[in-house]
Amino acid sequence: MQKKFSSDRYDPLSTEKDDVSRRHFIKGVIAAGAVAGTATMVTGCSDSGDSSGGSAAGSVERMISINVNGMSRTVDVAANETLAHTLRNKLGLTGTKIGCDRGSCGACTVMIDGVTQNSCSILTHTVRDAAVVTVEGVGGGNGQMHAVQQAMIEELAPQCGFCTPGQVVSGVALLQRNPNPSREEVRTALAGNLCRCGAYNNYVNAIVKAAGSA
Amino acid sequence: MAEKLIGKDFTPQDVQAKVMGTGKYSEDFRKEGMCYMKMLLSPMPSANVTSFDASEALAMPGVLGILTADEVPAADEPSYPMLTNKPRQLGMPIAAIAAESEQIASEALEKIKVAYEPQPFVLDPLESLYPGGPNALESGNVTGGGEGNLPIHKRKWSARDFAEAGDDKLPMGEAPVEWTVGDVDAAFADAALIIDEPFVTASSSHQALEPRSVLSYWENGKCFIHGSSQSQSWMMPGLARMMDVSLDDIVYVAEFCGGGFGAKASPYPVQGMTAYMSKKIGRPVMLRVTRAEEYHLGGTRPGFQGQVKLGFDANGKMTAADLYIVQSGGPNRGSGDYSSAAGALALVYTPTNMRFRGAAVVTNKPWHVSQRGPGQNQLATVVEPLIDRVAKELGIDRVAIRDLNAPEADVQFTARNSTVTSMYLKEAYKLGAEKFNWEEKKAMSGQRNGSKVIGVGVGSAYHSAGSNGFDGLISIRPDGKLYVHSGVGNLGTYSYAGTCRAAAEVLGSSWENTVVLRGDSRHGLPWTLAQFGSNSTFTNTRTNFVAATKAKEMLQNLAAQELGGEPGDYEVADEKVTNSSDATKTMTFAEAGAKAIELGGAWDGTEYPDNLNDVTKAALKNVQGAGLVAVAKDELPKEGSVPGMAAAFCMIELDTDTGKYELLEMHNIADCGTVLHPMGLQQQLRGGAVMGIGEAVLDRMVYDPQNGLCATVGLYQTKPPSIMDVPSVIETDAVNKPDPQNPFGVKGIGEPAMGSAASALLSAISDATGTYFNRTPVDTDMIINALSGRPQSIKPLQVNV
Repeated sequence: MQKKFSSDRYDPLSTEKDDVSRRHFIKGVIAAGAVAGTATMVTGCSDSGDSSGGSAAGSVERMISINVNGMSRTVDVAANETLAHTLRNKLGLTGTKIGCDRGSCGACTVMIDGVTQNSCSILTHTVRDAAVVTVEGVGGGNGQMHAVQQAMIEELAPQCGFCTPGQVVSGVALLQRNPNPSREEVRTALAGNLCRCGAYNNYVNAIVKAAGSA
Repeated sequence: MAEKLIGKDFTPQDVQAKVMGTGKYSEDFRKEGMCYMKMLLSPMPSANVTSFDASEALAMPGVLGILTADEVPAADEPSYPMLTNKPRQLGMPIAAIAAESEQIASEALEKIKVAYEPQPFVLDPLESLYPGGPNALESGNVTGGGEGNLPIHKRKWSARDFAEAGDDKLPMGEAPVEWTVGDVDAAFADAALIIDEPFVTASSSHQALEPRSVLSYWENGKCFIHGSSQSQSWMMPGLARMMDVSLDDIVYVAEFCGGGFGAKASPYPVQGMTAYMSKKIGRPVMLRVTRAEEYHLGGTRPGFQGQVKLGFDANGKMTAADLYIVQSGGPNRGSGDYSSAAGALALVYTPTNMRFRGAAVVTNKPWHVSQRGPGQNQLATVVEPLIDRVAKELGIDRVAIRDLNAPEADVQFTARNSTVTSMYLKEAYKLGAEKFNWEEKKAMSGQRNGSKVIGVGVGSAYHSAGSNGFDGLISIRPDGKLYVHSGVGNLGTYSYAGTCRAAAEVLGSSWENTVVLRGDSRHGLPWTLAQFGSNSTFTNTRTNFVAATKAKEMLQNLAAQELGGEPGDYEVADEKVTNSSDATKTMTFAEAGAKAIELGGAWDGTEYPDNLNDVTKAALKNVQGAGLVAVAKDELPKEGSVPGMAAAFCMIELDTDTGKYELLEMHNIADCGTVLHPMGLQQQLRGGAVMGIGEAVLDRMVYDPQNGLCATVGLYQTKPPSIMDVPSVIETDAVNKPDPQNPFGVKGIGEPAMGSAASALLSAISDATGTYFNRTPVDTDMIINALSGRPQSIKPLQVNV
């Protein structure tokens, strides 16, 4: 734990990779000068964690390159901008959904160097040297479908579909590190992906099926 | 009939887009010139704005405009306002600002100088009913939907009502809503066993995973709204009224909806707010609603405080029921949950004598609206554990007592003597008991393994799950395809697709050759009910049946007219109409579509029956001349409520040291008539069970009584069930007996599938702990208090905790 939170002074322009944590993220946003007013604090609707980035003092956009779905993409990014925002609003990858913008729901799950992360709680400039994979890229791009996606269709896994991209990414990441997971291991892998429709059984069925067919 | 499509699995057309991430939800749309809007929300539960100065905000670079209450239609209490200077709820919108970026809009909001005069507020309905207690609205404190659809008025009970009740019983002053069947007092006098308990069911947020974001813009005088809604055509009249334009000038796009559960059924104020802002500043406007805002604006299930007195004969038959419910709403009229709950008690347990009293009280809490199984599911969580208690006290099997009290198809219930279209709850209990192996499991009840103890539960629920009187519309086009125009929304149940198969079934057309038009009013979508109340399956198989039946007649008439013979000589199948005695006399769908366009008039939708709804008539303008157009209103007979019924069974292993438990097994069994779509049904039974687990043990809204602030504005503060909170496998099955009032025998199921599981879990917890909590949600603290013999920290009628 000591190592994870070793730096108290957060440098938003650092390229040093670190374990990404909610605390780290918040420190980054504060450092970049996001605002939080009193009225919005009372309603719980403060924008201190909003993913939009933008004009706040000290959050000038700068052009960086990030690797998304195997392609290097050059994009203007504010210092306090989240990866979810960059993906959705600057790179057109709207498959990544924002359900809470607080790292609670998992709808924005992407892989960063093969590890699942909530992209609403990652600052884009921290992933400059990493490989980001979104739901659009798990099948290898060009609209190809991953076995997990195919199985989710066959098992009629999604209901409303809003959490589905996150479930897909969590499932694909699991199979990459564990090609033959048990049902219990699949459940653990999906523990961070809330589904209000309650389609959990079917998501597990699909991922187990995809593992069998891979 | 031997159906080819009804009762078979298929892949709905929108599943692939969901798994690929290409499905477009409202927040995924972009529009050239799009700007962003943010709302100024009330920081107090009730206040009057005394001064408002946005000049500094409007002077900021990048700010495009402001929208205030005087620029949008006014809403009289108890309607929920679009914007207001008299917010009656924490988080009620006061004004909105549009800017080039969301960040600029947020910063501009902070620069608005607002002065508020705080007003008295109330969060607990009983406090509002107490003499001199605050009224949430200026116009009063009591209203409500359903049978209690009374004008808002002021109502206070006497101090004596409260004093007599004490802390452990619901005060029961004069009720605005009351009905009686039989002689309740006499029945209690004769009862072998009476139980009389106070209860609370918590308010809970719908918590759809997609917040209700809106994109709106105006083009050529038409108002475009990309919304997140359960419904499609149902949205049209309300949006047209909201924007003061004709039906022809509303374009509504809602191809995907990230969950609604009742809270996105009808047009809602932020849709209008966004469209008014767009109209004012002449730019496309995106409102991204945040999760916290969704808790304020996105719908809350009304909570109940109540008292239920039940009388039974020695065999366990419920002979008397006396139910009093005080419903907690928001600062709006709210739903009829309390009267629906009474209906559920009357139907599911068939008490011979019953009295219902109820009061729906408005409070300064969030917008309250129907949530999955409104009223019936709360009632199930209250009564099902008590049925267990009675069974144990009378020494009767817990399934047997339910079977004894369950209705038959000829049941009449409530003071209205309501009837049902079909009823197979007894069969659902029987099937569930077999699948779950009730006799064997029941023997395991109370079995201990160290600190762990087995609990076994059973529960059931009901919802009126079907409607009638709406329009069906299909077109057969020169491309040879069958187009089914669906005005149903896409809530994620796939019933939009399942019901369209009814049209293909009637016409003997393949599903592969069928195109479902939906999700965008420009397709020309007919009038139908909102996608709520588990009604779509029953309602829209009927509309598609009548439209397809009409198309069949039109094809037969057209073939006879063009090829000779009588219409009755022709059969419709395999995308053509063919003379049954001369196969050379045949016309393909493609030829028929082209011919209908050539003939015009009633053939291609230019002329249509006058009994259609205005929404359908407006929709036809987008369809006329596209092919052979068949449109008809569902005037098939329908008498009685269409009961969707569910019964659930479960087993838990509860750790008496920690109060935690594992759900070892759960079965959820449907009486949904004939099964329309097996995989879709399984989804609903499983999903309902998951949401029911949330209702039973997790979901609640919490408020600070001193300042009226809401403590549950994040998913981590009122967590819906995660995958770790539910069984690895939820087993499902269906009685699969047809409802005689649907052409295909089908009826709905989504809502009771939640109440059955919620009550079965509570039943199992009571079985394991020997305690009847009379409250939802039952949390671990309550279990531990009960097991250790400590008093509960929450008083029996305490709410908002």
